[in-house]
Amino acid sequence: MNLTLHIWRQGGPDQPGRMVRYDVKDVNEHSSFLEMLDVLNQQLIEKGDDPIAFDHDCREGICGSCGFVINGEAHGPLPKTTVCQLHMRHFKSGDTLHLEPWRSRAFPVLKDLMVNRSAFDRIIQAGGYISVSTGSAPEANLTPIPKPLADRAFEAAECIGCGACVAQCPNGAANLFTGAKVAHLNLLPQGQAERETRAVGMVEQMEQEGFGSCSNFAECEAVCPKGISIDNIARMNRDYLKAKLQGVNRLVVVGA
Amino acid sequence: MESPNVSGVLDSKIPAGPLESKWEDHKGHLRLVNPNNKRKFTIIVVGSGLAGASAAASFGELGYKVKCFCFQDSPRRAHSIAAQGGINAAKNYHNDGDSVFRLFYDTVKGGDFRSREANVYRLAEVSVQIIDQCVAQGVPFAREYGGLLDNRSFGGAQVSRTFYARGQTGQQLLLGAYQALCRQIDAGTVTMFPRHEMLDLVVENGRAVGIITRNLVTGALDRHAAHAVVLATGGYSNVYYLSTNAKGSNVTAAWRAHKRGAFFANACYTQIHPTCIPASGDYQSKLTLMSESLRNDGRIWVPKNPDDKRSPDQIPDADRDYYLERKYPSFGNLVPRDVAARNAKSVVDEGKGVGPQKNGVYLDFADSIRRLGRKTIEERYGNLFEMYDKITGENPYVVPMRIYPAPHYTMGGLWVDYNLMSNVPGLFVLGEANFSDHGANRLGASALMQGLADGYFVIPYTIGDYLADFLNAKTPTDTDAFAAAEAEVRAGVDRFLKIQGKRTADSYHRELGRIVWDYCGIARTAEGLRKALELIPALREDFWQNLRIPGGSAAVNQELEKAGRVADYFDLGELMCRDALDREESCGGHLREEYQTPEGEALRNDEKYSYVAAWEHNGAGKAPTLHKEPLAFEAVKLTQRSYK
Ligand SMILES: Cc1cc2nc3c(=O)[nH]c(=O)nc-3n(C[C@H](O)[C@H](O)[C@H](O)COP(=O)(O)OP(=O)(O)OC[C@H]3O[C@@H](n4cnc5c(N)ncnc54)[C@H](O)[C@@H]3O)c2cc1C
Ligand code: FES
Repeated sequence: MNLTLHIWRQGGPDQPGRMVRYDVKDVNEHSSFLEMLDVLNQQLIEKGDDPIAFDHDCREGICGSCGFVINGEAHGPLPKTTVCQLHMRHFKSGDTLHLEPWRSRAFPVLKDLMVNRSAFDRIIQAGGYISVSTGSAPEANLTPIPKPLADRAFEAAECIGCGACVAQCPNGAANLFTGAKVAHLNLLPQGQAERETRAVGMVEQMEQEGFGSCSNFAECEAVCPKGISIDNIARMNRDYLKAKLQGVNRLVVVGA
Repeated sequence: MESPNVSGVLDSKIPAGPLESKWEDHKGHLRLVNPNNKRKFTIIVVGSGLAGASAAASFGELGYKVKCFCFQDSPRRAHSIAAQGGINAAKNYHNDGDSVFRLFYDTVKGGDFRSREANVYRLAEVSVQIIDQCVAQGVPFAREYGGLLDNRSFGGAQVSRTFYARGQTGQQLLLGAYQALCRQIDAGTVTMFPRHEMLDLVVENGRAVGIITRNLVTGALDRHAAHAVVLATGGYSNVYYLSTNAKGSNVTAAWRAHKRGAFFANACYTQIHPTCIPASGDYQSKLTLMSESLRNDGRIWVPKNPDDKRSPDQIPDADRDYYLERKYPSFGNLVPRDVAARNAKSVVDEGKGVGPQKNGVYLDFADSIRRLGRKTIEERYGNLFEMYDKITGENPYVVPMRIYPAPHYTMGGLWVDYNLMSNVPGLFVLGEANFSDHGANRLGASALMQGLADGYFVIPYTIGDYLADFLNAKTPTDTDAFAAAEAEVRAGVDRFLKIQGKRTADSYHRELGRIVWDYCGIARTAEGLRKALELIPALREDFWQNLRIPGGSAAVNQELEKAGRVADYFDLGELMCRDALDREESCGGHLREEYQTPEGEALRNDEKYSYVAAWEHNGAGKAPTLHKEPLAFEAVKLTQRSYK
């Protein structure tokens, strides 16, 4: 199959970018989208051009490294699929595809399709954990957790932190990402002690990072490769409001 | 090939006393660092996978100052995230006869009696604490309806000791460790350096004192000094180019440490995983594992007639060869990985392979779906089936999966003693990057266990004993050793950029991978290994003449990153072949065709080869020196593995 690609090229964080056209020929339908770009990159290098930079690692849809926008859709047209798991059989010869990096104030572009998502790490650092130092844990089966509850926590915990939710949101909000972690931990009995401080810390960090606010468009849920539900956002909002009403502030953690 | 045995160098530091109390006693005698003094020590942790993240978080909790590095944009993305099947622990929740001893025994036997008893026993011992720790962190393991933790039997084990979180166990465990790490980053004990690649180890007066890194965004080379350096940089399966590892997984950190004096042990012990999706074309960039838990409910077969043109569901039982069930009636589809992989290779080599390229065997769930219902199968393997469908465009609920072996895990790695310290004082190695616990073959669900055991429960104790000597020692970076290491790294980077030849790093990597796969893959022969030892240096020569790296070094340059890794793979590939040639026996994942039982099983030679082969680097172009660490077995009796 033959494709016309228009790809965002940007040399570095402070450089201007632009769309550049590439005609790619004889794409194998069984290759993945990233493998198609690999082939293009090999050709670019052989011609003396600069290959297209994009993040990727596992290529199994689990590490959350990959991600860019294809024709306006984060990770492309296939539901619940990261771009590394998107195969070319879902496109037709003659298609024209526009590839752009995640666009968000909180995710500055580093090069081409590669962005800086460290804001997500800082949100987790603001409370996305259970404080239990190594060696201090009680016997695991002392706390039975009903299976349906454990399953719900698991489904929230499936988030891969790719950033597609932010990229697709008209406001650039990170509520699905943040809500998923708040819900995962706040659902579990182990997470109760820090339930309020967690919600407050993470929500406030999210706001500080420059993400937009959530207007319940639900575009994030539609585009999430793991199908994380927006119910998690509602849960986070409840926990956050409750905590705020009680005057809870972010936990200040000091090192040992 | 010279191979003198320099004695007295390899002290494994295994504590005296009975196996069951070695670790307890040892812990009781290790020197401690006073809590108020811990903040005076800086520890570098390279790697944020299960081993690195758990170690860095635990060090931070104890009060050490930690600098942690990874090459991905976030520590949460380390390759550990991709582990699917589960993690072992001797909890014996199922009352089915499991115990610390049995987990220990299974691991030593599974490793074909090429691992250290004392290390493996400790691993089995701390396994139970790992589960407690992870559950307390909020890791959402699978549960039974009563709310207690669920287990399954996995990878040849005859007890149910594997804890899992659907097919995403690695993800959930890593996120647990990552979150613990994040807590320490917030507390200021750990400074995280994502998108940084370690390119050299700095050794001064015989001790590891720091590293040189390249900032993968700006290209800056930086010096980092510490009282101890911990490598947790993962395995080297990507030497084969096509493997189940993440694309960035590499041997560079370990190899550069090797060049600075750390011994590399058992390089030829690699694990080829039996259940992966076969390659579909020459654009293939990696192979995808289908968790071996699938073998619990899937049946492996090929058509008896290699030219059978019928679709698999139209082939009646009588015309199918369930070759594992036929050859190994008591273990059937659950034989260990190496046995399953070898058998798949031989049926495909016989021309009985299935699929468009005849490069796979069927893994069929039809019987299980009939017996248990589609819903149960979906519960157990839903995400794996989905992944298979995405990649192949085939629905495994209807059409049997096609699978074929692929490089997956490397048991070899940097040599470490019982304290996880390499022969270079101050350099510790954890997780898949070390050689320590799996002998010649790793059992399923035990890598996650080892990574977390090393990071949470071993290194926090053993590192203190080393550090105790260096209270108030300075950690300068303006020394000759740092300057020299940085200059070498800079020269190395410039060398790649100056070649300006015609071929890409990937094209060399593919070709190298093919050589290593053909001659040092599932089965090896002296003749083939000798051939590889000619082919690899010849290709390397060409690489250094004809490589093309676009762009410069002062910005993101992913081709430059690849080139450094491929250069190290050349040297490692060569060492793997030397090591495989030296080991004139078959054991675990190392099958030398010359040494097999009449039944085609790996034939060990305990008298001659019951040792760890630890290789010392002697400089480019010089033969390495082999140091042997003899293995002594007191608690287990060496047997010929049999899975009949
Ligand atoms: C597909 C798959 C499924 C698996 N399933 C299971 C399973 O079910 N059960 C099981 O027990 N095991 C499983 N394994 C094996 C297991 O996942 C790995 O052995 C284990 O996770 C390795 O952990 P680690 O911490 O040692 O290294 P990794 O997780 O590989 O982490 C390496 C870290 O080092 C960093 N790094 C590497 N090089 C450098 C450098 N030069 N500079 C800076 N940083 C560097 C990386 O950024 C990363 O943070 C599986 C493996 C694969 C491939
Ligand atoms: S590369 Fe890991 S999710 Fe796509």
